[in-house]
Amino acid sequence: MNRRGFLKLAGTVGATLAAKKAKARDNDDEKEEFVGVLTDTTRCIGCRTCEVACAEAHGLPVPDVQNDGALEAERRTSDTQWTVVNRYETDEGDVFVKKQCMHCWQPGCTAACLTNAMYKTHAGPVIWRSDKCMGCRYCMISCPFEIPKFEYDSWNPKIHKCNMCWERLQEGQKPACVDACPTDALMFGRKRELMEVARVRIYNHPQKYVHQVYGEHEVGGTGWLYLSSVPFEQLGFRTDLGTTPYPDYTREFLYAVPVVLFAVPAFLLGLRFLSENEEELEEGESHA
Amino acid sequence: MHDENKKGRSFADIIRFILQEMKPRGKFLTPFNVISIVVIIAGVIILTVRFIYGLGSVSNLNQEYPWGLWKGFNVITGVAFAGGAYVLTFVVYVMGVEKYHSIVRVTVLNGLLAYIFYAGALILDLGRPWNIINPIIGNDFGYNSVLFLVAWHFMLYMIAEFIEFSPVAAEWLNLEKAKKVLQMLTLGAVIFGITLSSLHQSGLGALFLMAKSKIHPLWYTEFIPLLFLVSSIFAGISMVIFEGTISHRVFREQIGPDGKSSFDQIVFGLAKGAAIAMFVYYFFKLLVFIHEHHWQHIHGFWGFWYLFEIIGLVLVPCFLFAYGARHRIIGVIRIAAILTLIGIIVNRLNISMIAYNWNVVDRYYPSWMEYVVSFTVIFAEIWVFRWIVTRMPVYEKHTKPAMA
Ligand code: SF4
Ligand code: SF4
Repeated sequence: MNRRGFLKLAGTVGATLAAKKAKARDNDDEKEEFVGVLTDTTRCIGCRTCEVACAEAHGLPVPDVQNDGALEAERRTSDTQWTVVNRYETDEGDVFVKKQCMHCWQPGCTAACLTNAMYKTHAGPVIWRSDKCMGCRYCMISCPFEIPKFEYDSWNPKIHKCNMCWERLQEGQKPACVDACPTDALMFGRKRELMEVARVRIYNHPQKYVHQVYGEHEVGGTGWLYLSSVPFEQLGFRTDLGTTPYPDYTREFLYAVPVVLFAVPAFLLGLRFLSENEEELEEGESHA
Repeated sequence: MHDENKKGRSFADIIRFILQEMKPRGKFLTPFNVISIVVIIAGVIILTVRFIYGLGSVSNLNQEYPWGLWKGFNVITGVAFAGGAYVLTFVVYVMGVEKYHSIVRVTVLNGLLAYIFYAGALILDLGRPWNIINPIIGNDFGYNSVLFLVAWHFMLYMIAEFIEFSPVAAEWLNLEKAKKVLQMLTLGAVIFGITLSSLHQSGLGALFLMAKSKIHPLWYTEFIPLLFLVSSIFAGISMVIFEGTISHRVFREQIGPDGKSSFDQIVFGLAKGAAIAMFVYYFFKLLVFIHEHHWQHIHGFWGFWYLFEIIGLVLVPCFLFAYGARHRIIGVIRIAAILTLIGIIVNRLNISMIAYNWNVVDRYYPSWMEYVVSFTVIFAEIWVFRWIVTRMPVYEKHTKPAMA
C-alpha cells in the first residue's frame, strides 16, 4: 500500500482530511493547466508602467515614476507595492527586473497557511483571502522568495502580495501589468506555451540569452518565468533554492502524524500493562 | 464537576466559595508583587495600544522578521519548558515509577498554565485574532499546514492536561463523586497527552522546515523536529528542577519537611534522566553535523555562536547533571538546570530569530515593549499558579478538603 492509500484508510481526523486534500489537488490538476507570465528582462526598459498599472488595479498608492528615484536602490515588494522594478548593473550594462510573487506550482505559503487563506487557485494564481486569514504570518516564514507582506500598522492587517490579477483573469482579461507593458517584456499564457516561447527565443538568439529559464524548475517550478542575458545571480535572484517544492520539506513530518497517533498510544498502553504496577495507578490515584 | 453533592451543597455555595477565595492571602506588598504588578499594568497598556494601532506600533517586527520575541520566546521556548508534564506523566503513569508521584500534580499544573498562557501569547501575536476560530470551525482546514497541526494539538493537549489536573480541583471543592469520575479519565488523558506532546513538540520544530533558505545552515536541518522533541525532554526536566527549587522556598508551608527531603531524591533521579536525554540529543546533533557537512560553516561569529550553544549550553550541563547525580550534589544539578534552560532559550531563539535571516542587514531586536509584554505573560502565569497552589491540594498528598 502506498502512503496515500494508507492515509485514506487511516481513520483519524488528520489523516482523512489530508487524504481529501490530496484528492482535491489531483482533480484540480486534471481540470486546467496553470497559467503564468514570462518576463523577458532583455526587453524591459525600466519604465515602471507595470508598477503603476498594478497599483491602480488593486487600489494601492500609485508611485510617481518620473520623480521618485526609486531605481537608485534595490527594493523589495511591500505592503503597498505588489510589484517593483529594480535596476542591476551587470556585465551587459543595466538590466531591469520586475519582481512579484512567483506563483509557485506547489507554494510554500499555501502549505503553511492553516486556514487556506493563501490559496492556489485551480488556474494557477496564488491568492489571499481576507475572510480566512488570522494573521499568523507563517506564510511569510515559508515563502522562499519572501513575498507575502504584512500591514504592521493596522488593527485589522492584511497580507499583501501579487495575485496575478485574479479578479481580471476571471473576467477573461490579462494581468494589468502585462496589458500595460509597452515593450512586450511580459507575456501571459499557459506555462507550457510560455516555456516553448522562452526556448524559441533562446534558440534563435543563443548569444543574447543565458540558457536557463528561471522558474522552470526552481522550487518545483513557478508560474512566473524569467529570461535573462546575464546569469541570474547578477539580477538579485536566489539560485540556491533547489528544485524541491517547498511543501515537500514538511510532507514527511505530516505523513508521520497519523502513524504516531495510532502507534504511540498503543505502545504506551502496552508499556503501561507491562510495568508490573498495574494496580498502582488506581491506588496511587485515590489518595494522591 | 458541578454534580449535586449528597451533603446538600448547592452550586451557589461553590460559587460563593470560589469568590471568597479570589481575595489575596498573606502579605501583599512583597517585592515580587510590586514589580510584577507594575509590569503587568504596563503590559496591559502596551497591548491596548497594539490592538488599536497594530503590531508595528509596539514591536520591532518587520517584513524580514515576521516572528519575534512573543512567538520565539513565549510560545516556542515556553512550550519546550512545559515538556516536564508529559515526561513525568509518562514516567509515573505509564512506567509506574512511584517515586515521582508527589510532583506530578504540580508539574501538570505548570504544564497546563504554561499552555494556557503561551497559547494566549500566540493570540496576542496574531494580526487578526478573531479569525482564530477559522481553523477550528473549518473555514478552512489547512490540513497540510504544520501550524494547523500544532494549533489543534495545543488545544487538545490543554483539554488533556485539564482533565489530568481536574481531580485536584474537585478535591479542593470537596466534590468526591466528580473526583472519582475524573480520576477514571486520567489514564486516557495521560496517554492522549503524551502522544499529542510528542507531536507538537516536534511540530514546533517542523514549523521551520520551510524556512530552509533563511535559517543559517548550522541550525537548519531536516531533523529539526527530532531535535526539538528530544530537547523538550531535558528542557522540561530542567524546568521541573528549577521551578521545584524555587517553590520549595516560597511554598514551604504547603510542602512540609517530608516533601523537602523526598524532593532531593527526586532531583537526583531527574538529573540522571536529563543527562541521558542530553547525551542522546548531543549524539543526534553530532550525526547531523557530520551528515550535513556542517564543519565547513564553523568559522566567524556564527561558528563561534554555534559551538557556544552546543558545548557551553548542552555538553557542559550534560556533564554537570551526570556529575551531580553521581556524587549527589544538589548545587551542581541546579547550575546544570539553569545552564540547560538558557541553552534551550538560545537554541529556540536562534532558530526563530537570531540565525533566522542571519544575513539580513537590518536585524531584528525586540523593542522594550515586546520585553514588557513577554514578562507580563510570565508574571500573570505565576500569579495564577500561586493562587492555585496556595488553595488547592497541589503539593500535599493527604489533605483535608479546603471547603468542608
Ligand atoms: S513566491 Fe512565495 S508567495 Fe508567491 S506562491 Fe511562491 S511561496 Fe507563495
Ligand atoms: S498570515 Fe494569513 S495567509 Fe499567512 S499563513 Fe497566516 S492565516 Fe495564512
